Amino acid sequence: MPDQLLFGMEVALNGLMAGVMYSLVALGFVLIFKASGIFNYAQGVMALFAAMTLVGIQNGQVPFAHLINATFGTSIHHFGWQVPALLAILLTVVVMAAFAWAVNRFVFRHLVNQEPIILFMATIGLAYFLEGVADLMWGAEIKKLDVGLPQGINTLIDETTFNAFGYGFFIDNLDIVATIIAGLLVAGLVIFSQYTKQGRALRAVADDHQAALSVGISLNYIWVLVWSIAGFVALVAGIMWGTKSGVQFSLSLIALKALPVLMLGGFTSIPGAIVGGLIIGVGEKLFEFLIGAPFLGGATENWFAYVLALIFLVFRPQGLFGEKIIERV
Amino acid sequence: MLYREAGDFKTSYTADSQTFPIKFDRTAYWLLLIAAAVVLPFLVNDYWANAFLVPFLIYAIAAIGLNILTGYCGQVSLGTGGFMAVGAYASYKLMTAFPWLDMVTITILSGFITAAVGVLFGLPSLRIKGFYLAVATLAAQFFLVWMFNRVGWFYNYSASGQINAPERAIFGINVTGPNTEAWAQYLFCLLFVVAVAWVARNLTRGAVGRQWMAIRDMDIAAEIIGVNPLRAKLSAFAVSSFFIGISGALFFTVYLGAVEVGEVYGITKSFLVLFMIIIGGLGSIFGSFAGAAFLVMLPVLLKLIGVDVLGWPTDIVAHLNLVIVGALIVFFLVKEPHGLAAFWGVTKEKLRIWPFPH
Repeated sequence: MPDQLLFGMEVALNGLMAGVMYSLVALGFVLIFKASGIFNYAQGVMALFAAMTLVGIQNGQVPFAHLINATFGTSIHHFGWQVPALLAILLTVVVMAAFAWAVNRFVFRHLVNQEPIILFMATIGLAYFLEGVADLMWGAEIKKLDVGLPQGINTLIDETTFNAFGYGFFIDNLDIVATIIAGLLVAGLVIFSQYTKQGRALRAVADDHQAALSVGISLNYIWVLVWSIAGFVALVAGIMWGTKSGVQFSLSLIALKALPVLMLGGFTSIPGAIVGGLIIGVGEKLFEFLIGAPFLGGATENWFAYVLALIFLVFRPQGLFGEKIIERV
Repeated sequence: MLYREAGDFKTSYTADSQTFPIKFDRTAYWLLLIAAAVVLPFLVNDYWANAFLVPFLIYAIAAIGLNILTGYCGQVSLGTGGFMAVGAYASYKLMTAFPWLDMVTITILSGFITAAVGVLFGLPSLRIKGFYLAVATLAAQFFLVWMFNRVGWFYNYSASGQINAPERAIFGINVTGPNTEAWAQYLFCLLFVVAVAWVARNLTRGAVGRQWMAIRDMDIAAEIIGVNPLRAKLSAFAVSSFFIGISGALFFTVYLGAVEVGEVYGITKSFLVLFMIIIGGLGSIFGSFAGAAFLVMLPVLLKLIGVDVLGWPTDIVAHLNLVIVGALIVFFLVKEPHGLAAFWGVTKEKLRIWPFPH
């Protein structure tokens, strides 16, 4: 096989893996949107916050250490212990659940029945707030996240492809793990929403708030639940991205990348989020490889996803798997 | 006591439909304008012009522009930064290609170029709405910034990729370039702010403005009563981008002088201007000013208090700024979706019946 084609295949495969990451973030969006009609811009910052909290707990950092030091002239930084990864993840889940409760108690309970765009802008405000809190709490420097996931080139794939085509594919172990975890997560979510009592209540709320309320489902409980699940998904996405490229502010920008993913997949469809993520991941890598880098001066990944979504939306406003938009006066 | 409409009789339709129906407001408006144009230039120093006055005026133009699109026409845009960049680069190309053109013409022409780009990116708004459109405008934001970064023609193939504003003067007084006096910068921006606010106010209460508001309130119903959505939406995009382009041009030529596009006109700028109109008040010209003043002033004040008084490191103050801005956005959306402008309206109502409220 010609080299160019092989190289293109490798690029496409890597794009597929990057797409899984986008899908993970997009999944959190879809969950909240289905249950409460809120388009949660803060999902990316939630991933950042979760990853920072995880690192902070693992290393035994003192929360708000900088602020305390600046105010009282002390110099405290660490408790001086290390928390094992699994326990730290559990504690972070608790933090995210507490955050979910607070968000519903103090923000969205007051905004019930507002227009979607007002809710959207509220989540932008929330994103700024959370980002500031995360920086104040754990410090803004880039952190290394390590929960024991395998990293580096997968030698098995490298050798097999080298023997088959005479060219070894470079696939990161982490990407493979991420794909498996994403698959498990989606399967878990589907089982949860189909076969448990809470899941059924969740689907009822997604279908019709008022009807769900009238058969005795507590909306507040469901909303806290769904924000907690979204927080958990954010944590998973945060761990993956954080392990890959360090915990830093750019992590919250992947939330923006998840927006076109949702445009493609439709806001209400979990499979749509996955497929949309894969399309964007492969599309932007291949576009950069085939057209961007040789002809347009590179870095087309910055805008390709958005322009693709824009063109796509003009022809199919509800996305690939979204429900048909019906408007009434 | 002073703030009454009693005794202020209107004898013509013009008088009846004026912007400030209460005499006190009219006097206050003219006094403020005179103070801003005649008194303040003598008082302004470099620090206050740079830290507050000039950015406030420029952001006010951008906020009025975005308010027309988002507040009056209901189309949420996250592409403000990109459109400001179009204005900046248009003015740069015009300044370098036609050195004999004066700055007022250049700035207005940049506005028109931005308007054309805005209409182009506004076309999808005919098919998609709400936050779908908001994300579509993100395409404009990222694509435009990338384009100005990568295509050498836009920055005249300069080695650094930056653009630098050459020196230009009006009536022999520098308004751009490093040797510009603070008061000249200030007056030049004030000229545009007054013009933009006047145009915007009169557009929004005329036929066009009513069409925009009809589209905002319910587009299908508006279409049924005879509003052409194509014309209404695209005209909103055009006018809005025109103003945003002017503000982007001023931000580059007058305020900064040198610009690296990704840093200055990035996505954060889009959010900043959006926050200004949320805090100030959606669908209000006064709100645009109030929001711009508030968000320009807030970091300056926080820095004064946090760094100079309390002695905190600057990064903590910057993070605190994020927290406060975010909390305020949420607070305003929960408590008062119409922003500072609504507070002002309530105050006015109270003043009218003061001191005998019953």
